[in-house]
Amino acid sequence: MNAGLLASDLPYWMQSILRVVGGLVAVLLPAGTIVYLFLFKMMSFMQSRLGPMEAGPYGSLQLFAEVGKWLQKEDIHPERADKFIFRIAPLIVLVSTFLLVVVVPFGPDAWFTNFETGLFYALAVGSISVLGILMAGWASANKYSLLGGLRAAGQLIAYELPMVLAVIGVVIQAGTMNLQQIVVAQNAGSMFGWDGLGNPYILTQFVAFIIFMVAVQAELTQTPFDMPIAESELVSGYMTEYSGFRFLIFFISEYATAGVFAMIASILFLGGWGVPFAWFGWTSIDDIDNWMNIVGPLILFTKMIVLAFFMMWVRFSYPRFREDQLQRFAWKVLIPVSLINIVVTGILKVAF
Amino acid sequence: MAKVPGLIKGLGVTLGTFKRTVQNGADTVQYPHEKESPPIRARGVIALHEGNCTSCMLCARSCPDWCIYIEGHKELAPPRRAGGAPRKVNKLDRFDIDYALCMYCGICVEVCPFDALFWSPEYEYSEPRIADLLHDKVKLGEWMETVPEAPDLEAGADKKGKK
Repeated sequence: MNAGLLASDLPYWMQSILRVVGGLVAVLLPAGTIVYLFLFKMMSFMQSRLGPMEAGPYGSLQLFAEVGKWLQKEDIHPERADKFIFRIAPLIVLVSTFLLVVVVPFGPDAWFTNFETGLFYALAVGSISVLGILMAGWASANKYSLLGGLRAAGQLIAYELPMVLAVIGVVIQAGTMNLQQIVVAQNAGSMFGWDGLGNPYILTQFVAFIIFMVAVQAELTQTPFDMPIAESELVSGYMTEYSGFRFLIFFISEYATAGVFAMIASILFLGGWGVPFAWFGWTSIDDIDNWMNIVGPLILFTKMIVLAFFMMWVRFSYPRFREDQLQRFAWKVLIPVSLINIVVTGILKVAF
Repeated sequence: MAKVPGLIKGLGVTLGTFKRTVQNGADTVQYPHEKESPPIRARGVIALHEGNCTSCMLCARSCPDWCIYIEGHKELAPPRRAGGAPRKVNKLDRFDIDYALCMYCGICVEVCPFDALFWSPEYEYSEPRIADLLHDKVKLGEWMETVPEAPDLEAGADKKGKK
């Protein structure tokens, strides 16, 4: 995870190993935490049951049991499926998650890459998963899968737009697309001359925050936007024909993407890994003490968990949208509102 | 905007349940470790009181699944009075209920004219092999111990009504 920190004084192969291990941790740890904490436990408690309790204390090892179960299962594919596409589709979905985590800054020096256009890149690779889902739906040779894949594609494209448009407000305010600099801009900033909290954009860009979270929810095909995998009509959508470890990959990437998107949301709107710089008398990223490289990821993780809580809370509470309602909501509500948000942000940015 | 309060109310419901579960525990029971006692007249398993059975086959014939198997033969029993002819009694050789087929409708219990079949609330008799779900008359007889006492009759129920 400290790839940036160590980049100057380690040989290339060690950097590569560090990056791979860090990437795995950064993808799997949030996914595991979200699945156990929210999917297993919070959902159960919200339904007045205890959830898994047998594997490990309070069922904390249930995840390993589930993974073991899935790995044992046979990797079957339908007879008439397009086998190569069918096999490769879940991997493409997972790869988009790993590509996303590449630009996430975890601390002042703890990052994998520090793109100037990191945000642009993140939104671009985030939609690669549409390809994987569409391939999975098409290659399954199953009408439920095909319908699910097409629904997913339509939904993901529709909600990509409000997501991008919502983020533009943040970009205008921060004046950069570099995620690291967006974090710095929030924590070094001040609201009307008061810098006790920095300037987390959730306060000044609240509309954009709401739109972004709604769009993220739709991007992850979580309830209330889970029409693509609506089990009462499509069995399990594009995942219908998958079993064994390919289903596991879909499952992991779903929650890993949820974690990474929660991280990106906390970077864009909650100040990411940083604490308000005024607390410690820092003024720029160069003043930051080295211990922030250790504490920073923990702060980011905490913020991610808080955002994931809200995402999952909504998921467990609401019934799902009908397909036309879902599209109407994106095109007729979210996109106009986010366009207005951009205009207002631009005017205020020039005015102040 | 009239929908917003309902949306927030919905979130409140799930969060309220969450808090209640944390504070008071779940409504569910951790089954193998703790058990709920079923209601006293629960339809768990059917017990056979062999002495009452006359192998009349009413239960077997009324069973919608044909899951009751009865075999019997006639035997001669000593006469009731000295010097009388020996009685013919039906001897039960086999009385099996296949619980893999049984759908717990209880028609056999209802139809039995001699009170040989009873409902027991016992429910833990699953088996690794489906063939073991065929309970013979010995096993069905063992279930008799778990049959609860019949509730008292209503007042006046034992008097014969006027024809």
